[in-house]
Amino acid sequence: MSTPMDTDLTTLDAAELGRRLAAGETSSVELTQAYLDRIAAQDDVLGAYLHVDAEAALARAAEVDVARAEGEELGSLAGLPVALKDVFVTQGVPTTSGSKILEGWRPPYDATVAARLKAAGTVLLGKTNMDEFAMGSSTENSAYRPTRNPWDPDRIPGGSSGGSSTAVAGGLAPWALGTDTGGSIRQPAAMTGLVGHKPTYGGVSRYGLIAFSSSLDQAGPMARTVLDAAVLHEAIGGHDRCDSTSIDAPAPVLTKAVREGARGELAGLRVGVVRELGGDGHAEGYDAGVLERVRETVELLAGMGAEVREVSCPAFDLALPAYYLIAPSEASSNLARFEGMRFGLRVGDDGSRSLEEVMSLTREQGFGPEVKRRIVLGTYALSAGYYDAYYGQAQKVRTLITRDFTAAFDDVDVLVSPTSPTVAWPIGARVDDPLAMYAADLCTLPASLAGLPAISVPCGLSEGLPVGFQVMAPALADDRCYRVAAAVEAALDAARGSRFLDQLTDRTEAPA
Amino acid sequence: MTTAQAPSSHGTDRLVDYDELLTRYEPVIGLETHVELGTASKMFCGCATTFGAEPNTQTCPVCLGLPGSLPVANAAAIEATIRIGLALGCRIASWCRFARKNYFYPDIPKGFQTSQYDEPLCTAGHLDVEVDGETYRVEIERVHLEEDTGKNLHVGGATGRIHGASHSLVDFNRAGIPLVEIVTRPVPGAGAKAPEVARAYVTELRDIIQTLGASDVRMEQGSLRCDVNTSLAPVGSLEWGTRTETKNVNSLRSVERAVRYEMRRQAAVLDAGGRVLQETRHFHEDSGSTSPGRSKEEATDYRYFPEPDLVPVAPDAEWVEKLAAELPELPAARRARLQEEWGLSATEMAWLVNAGALGLVDATVAAGATPADARKWWLGELARRANDAGMELGELAVTPRQVAELTRLVAEGTVNDQLARQALDGVLAGEGDPAQVVEARGLAVMGESDELVAAVEAAIAGAPDVVAKVRGGKVQALGALVGAVMKATRGKADAATVKRMLEERVVGS
Repeated sequence: MSTPMDTDLTTLDAAELGRRLAAGETSSVELTQAYLDRIAAQDDVLGAYLHVDAEAALARAAEVDVARAEGEELGSLAGLPVALKDVFVTQGVPTTSGSKILEGWRPPYDATVAARLKAAGTVLLGKTNMDEFAMGSSTENSAYRPTRNPWDPDRIPGGSSGGSSTAVAGGLAPWALGTDTGGSIRQPAAMTGLVGHKPTYGGVSRYGLIAFSSSLDQAGPMARTVLDAAVLHEAIGGHDRCDSTSIDAPAPVLTKAVREGARGELAGLRVGVVRELGGDGHAEGYDAGVLERVRETVELLAGMGAEVREVSCPAFDLALPAYYLIAPSEASSNLARFEGMRFGLRVGDDGSRSLEEVMSLTREQGFGPEVKRRIVLGTYALSAGYYDAYYGQAQKVRTLITRDFTAAFDDVDVLVSPTSPTVAWPIGARVDDPLAMYAADLCTLPASLAGLPAISVPCGLSEGLPVGFQVMAPALADDRCYRVAAAVEAALDAARGSRFLDQLTDRTEAPA
Repeated sequence: MTTAQAPSSHGTDRLVDYDELLTRYEPVIGLETHVELGTASKMFCGCATTFGAEPNTQTCPVCLGLPGSLPVANAAAIEATIRIGLALGCRIASWCRFARKNYFYPDIPKGFQTSQYDEPLCTAGHLDVEVDGETYRVEIERVHLEEDTGKNLHVGGATGRIHGASHSLVDFNRAGIPLVEIVTRPVPGAGAKAPEVARAYVTELRDIIQTLGASDVRMEQGSLRCDVNTSLAPVGSLEWGTRTETKNVNSLRSVERAVRYEMRRQAAVLDAGGRVLQETRHFHEDSGSTSPGRSKEEATDYRYFPEPDLVPVAPDAEWVEKLAAELPELPAARRARLQEEWGLSATEMAWLVNAGALGLVDATVAAGATPADARKWWLGELARRANDAGMELGELAVTPRQVAELTRLVAEGTVNDQLARQALDGVLAGEGDPAQVVEARGLAVMGESDELVAAVEAAIAGAPDVVAKVRGGKVQALGALVGAVMKATRGKADAATVKRMLEERVVGS
């Protein structure tokens, strides 16, 4: 078995790798080794992973290769390596959610999505870095180390799924799972030139996803291409009886929509451009280059036969404050279980301190500043006498945002916007300004609050850095996101004559 | 780690005489009752709920609150709660949610208890209870569903309580067992009967839940737990006094004692010009007193909010109607029916109920005994034996079917009352059913057998003076001869038969 000398396996997309595995042109061990080699060479700098177990990965890959050689029936993704954000619990594999408070914890069970990927035959490369408890937009809030952007190691890779975005963009994994609470899949995908999709709330099981904000959290795919994202989404999606909020509907069929979209079949598609997300009078804080790429992409869609119109969703202006009340409120409760009694860190238990003191010391030392900030904020917002003014009011805003979407979808099939107002910023630029950090989520929050599917697809570069184009659709219409994203991807690839991420490969491979 | 201490001195409160306090104060009571449902699995996961299993053997990621785990509501528990609500005449919500009650304690694994807050499953019901022929209406404010906590075991102290313990262990077997909380509205107007009304309410509630089959409602195992609120106000006052909430009330008798004690204690506080503190108090079974626990004035803010991990509960109206239609006959209706069927006076019925014999008598009647016979046995011989053994009637090793069989054997003349008591001895000793015991022990009444004839003739021969008296017209002297025969046959003969045989031989010849 040999790999053609001219291709580095780690620059290929998962669909191509799957084809090569099925055709016997490569093996899972060879593939896994290629990623492990790249992790060994690059991850000291990039910081994409929190945990890699090369031995276990190779053993698992060998197992799949043997099964294949013996003609056993294989899972749909047999032999393909994958990386998981460290927010997913994995049986026997360290899981920290980016926090010191869980250091050393090996969960006794698998998240549903981890179990489904295992059953599909994937090889777990490792657990990726993230903002602590998924609270952040830059992965600088990881309690372990920051993650760097492969496009420019001095810049952030987005967050909170920044470990996953850097791993995939940097060729340290063919694809990965992230989670998105207010934009944590889409924004890092945009920052690193990936496709990232946040499914309809309830479309993918949350069982085994360490909760940040239960009513917002969703797991989803991060990949090099729209097709890869759809394949990964199909593998993890569908009803799970362990998650009451998971939608009891047939597993999504998305790859068909991708193929149709890639053929440019958009005639009659009604596209709404959201004014409140970077449009007239709402462009403050947006990079001119980002708005320019998005405008060009909208024109591209129109050129493929889509009917484009501007749509106003006034309540979107309230999404940021509403989100920063709801998410911290739920988080303050979700994070109460981390008190050092049953798992992870325990501080100060020397026999001289009371229960309350041990719990307090553990939380004091185990949580980072952003997590504490949100716990305090959420605790305050839920307090007697303040609930109605804060949490209750934020829930009403949420209803208004949902109504804006509903009204918009009476007239259009999808809504589009930038994924992020800016391209990736320099590491450290916003760490002392939480509000500037929170503003990075402006475009992604509305779909999160309404529980709707939204995808980010690369639409070009600004200042040499990737720009993401967001497509939002009604609940359960995830296929529309994929269809439009595939059309954008195919048209831009054709115009460029190469895949989007090849630009990064060319740059990093080029002699200095 | 060391544990926070809550030392308390108790039993040293000043108390006012009960009858005397009633001349100056009016009590208001209220009850919060927690019932562990008898579902096979826990409220939000599939773990078993068996009582008394090895610590932490009935747990999983969900009831341990491990990161990433999610709850799924137990449909059987929701159904049981609705049935309890229906039995209490409550309105059943058409849509409601669970809520998180946030606080830190080692026995709550998630740092919050999944409960219900402003949207309970059942509201606005009532329960009528009877004390000494008076009916008192207890309004039910709400019935809601939540999960039980784990159990702390305090190790190293003398008392098993947290005070003085060197460390604490937690058993999560109980964590997540479905718990129904039934909260009354304040009950004024019971006056001197307030303690008994409280007890009657809990008794009636227990019987209803038992009838529904929703729980085994065993107070000693904690599957029914009661918090008793008590306050006093000066007679004629328009405002109610400050209440205390007494916990650790683990028997029906304790419910009554706790209210009585709190009334006497609070009266002393008020008499001295003091202020009753709004606080949680603990009841002490041994001394019958209460002592202060956590003060509610520094109470935790539970920061309730709707549980985002669970979907709302929306019981279908038709389904609720069906559940209502399928409720079994409830205790009050059953009492009324049986009183009518058995032709009992209210007082007779009250005796039966107070003795805890109603169900046993009913089952005995169902097994073929007459109501009069069944009552006679359970309130007489069996009550005596239970009392001697320090047991509840229902704990005696005899079934209603066996009691019915005893009454049948008596009615048929196979045994007399004395022999039947001997047969009962055998049944209680585990020798089998009454007929088997009669057979094995040879307890059947003697017919006019050779043995009996011989005994009769021996009695006549052995007492010529008595015979002479009888023949001389003192017929009642025959009784001495009957006694002699009965003695000789060790009670196995039928006295009437013996008398007739003696008459034939002494008088008739």
